[in-house]
Amino acid sequence: MSEAPAAPRTASADPARADGIGLLVRPPQPRAGWRVLPARVVAMCAVELQKLRHDRTELYTRAVQPALWLLIFGQTFTRIRAIPTGGIPYIDFMAPGIIAQSAMFIAIFYGIQIIWERDVGVLNKLLVTPTPRSALVTGKAFAAGVKSLIQAVVVIVIAALLGVALTWNPLRLLGVAAAVVLGSAFFSCLSMTIAGIVLNRDRLMGIGQAITMPLFFASNALYPVAVMPAWLQAVSRANPLSYQVDALRGLLLGTPAHLAADFAVLTVAAALGITAASGLLGRLAR
Amino acid sequence: MTRHAGTAPADDAVTCTRLAYAFGGTKAVDGLDLSVRRGEVFGLLGPNGAGKTTAIRCITTLLPVPSGMVRVFGHDAARDRMAVRRLLGYVPQQLSADAALTGRENVTLFARVFDVPRRERAARVAQALAAVGLSDAADRLANTYSGGMVRRLELAQALVSAPRLLILDEPTIGLDPIARSGVWEHIDTVRAATGMTVLVTTHYMDEADQYCDRVGLMHRGRIRALGTPAELCQGLGERRRAQGAPATDPSPTLEDVFRDVAGSGLDDSSGDFRDVRSTRRTAHRLG
Repeated sequence: MSEAPAAPRTASADPARADGIGLLVRPPQPRAGWRVLPARVVAMCAVELQKLRHDRTELYTRAVQPALWLLIFGQTFTRIRAIPTGGIPYIDFMAPGIIAQSAMFIAIFYGIQIIWERDVGVLNKLLVTPTPRSALVTGKAFAAGVKSLIQAVVVIVIAALLGVALTWNPLRLLGVAAAVVLGSAFFSCLSMTIAGIVLNRDRLMGIGQAITMPLFFASNALYPVAVMPAWLQAVSRANPLSYQVDALRGLLLGTPAHLAADFAVLTVAAALGITAASGLLGRLAR
Repeated sequence: MTRHAGTAPADDAVTCTRLAYAFGGTKAVDGLDLSVRRGEVFGLLGPNGAGKTTAIRCITTLLPVPSGMVRVFGHDAARDRMAVRRLLGYVPQQLSADAALTGRENVTLFARVFDVPRRERAARVAQALAAVGLSDAADRLANTYSGGMVRRLELAQALVSAPRLLILDEPTIGLDPIARSGVWEHIDTVRAATGMTVLVTTHYMDEADQYCDRVGLMHRGRIRALGTPAELCQGLGERRRAQGAPATDPSPTLEDVFRDVAGSGLDDSSGDFRDVRSTRRTAHRLG
């Protein structure tokens, strides 16, 4: 194996090693309290970006579904004109919904990664670093956000290629990024919370499958809230995905939206998610 | 309460006083008293299920301390967790490097979460990788590493924050003999250079004999014998001769000491299910 030839080389490198260890005797200075959280978020996001750089397969395979939704569902319903969209082509109307959906799919299976990290011991190692649990969960939540954001860029490009009239105003796009990251932070925390309860990859997979479609259909992603039956409207109002789609639609298409309320709900939902997942993280450590 | 005050010298690296931890009705750790001196390599030995890993997890703050007291360089592991964690380097039982990252990225993550400032991050990571002999493989994905290399990578991850206490849980489990001695040699070299304390669990008596300054034999949640490997073997030999064993008997090994301590209770103890699974997984990953 590769181990055997490596052994003599390291032994002969001894002198170089001895004088090259100077930094390893001095413990690093702890960061001031308020700087710990952003530093951990950056650390977790950096890991996510490094992983995406090494392996982009997931990025491509996950682009297939949203492409099909836009191409088949979007083009067909644009022709049928069955859904009232406020005067814009249906494919334009649904594009923000599909962006939100593909971001949510990534986030909602993020808990699987936590369970994997727990099973191989990575999570335990992170928990033995000077990282409060809430900072670890926040870092993971934003890392999921970064992953979703890159996915969203792919879907936006597909939508633009299919002729959806999207904004290119950089400020609005910044708002889009914020909405995607906040929504994904919530859904990944939902996933990590469930992970902390079921503690098992297969069960989490099953629950993830079971809730993604209901969350998607009980939102304004495919049709406006106004055409829903009353009970579904109530569900949609409690569904953070609806607020995310509303914000994305308003920012990308310029349709009337309730941006302040949308961002308030997304922020509060993400904060609640982080609190819940942090509280349950200890169960994964046992 | 005052039961721990004055019982341990203030300058010990680790002090456990009547530490107890139970999973449901199973007492994994049952009144453990332990002190690890600064700068020594202390081996916690025992069969699966002796409570070694549970004790380690209490010391590393992964588990709460429901009963008793754990101090790491004077910091209470139950209350002052962040201070304890800053002093620790921890290598768990499983091979736990992130296979989707390169060796360098794996170590950089730990430099970041231990607040290594950006200006010295790259240099520190390079030194940690060099210290375990992984400089040449640093930019390969960890999924191309052999088991021994992953273990050394984990060592680099733990060393990058200049820990004062390195905790290794079964560091050589599942490794071939060459990889095993490789891991130990790197631990030894770094310890000699940094003066850090090492707390290691193992059930390989030969390794404990060769590399540990002092060992504690743990059985059923408690330390049953404590001393240098030579002291323990000599003590058993003297006791046997006092009981009438002929002087021509071969001098006892650490394993004999262990059998003497644990008596016949060895076979009914077994690790919990997750231990067994993770050991199997480790074996599987190593091929």
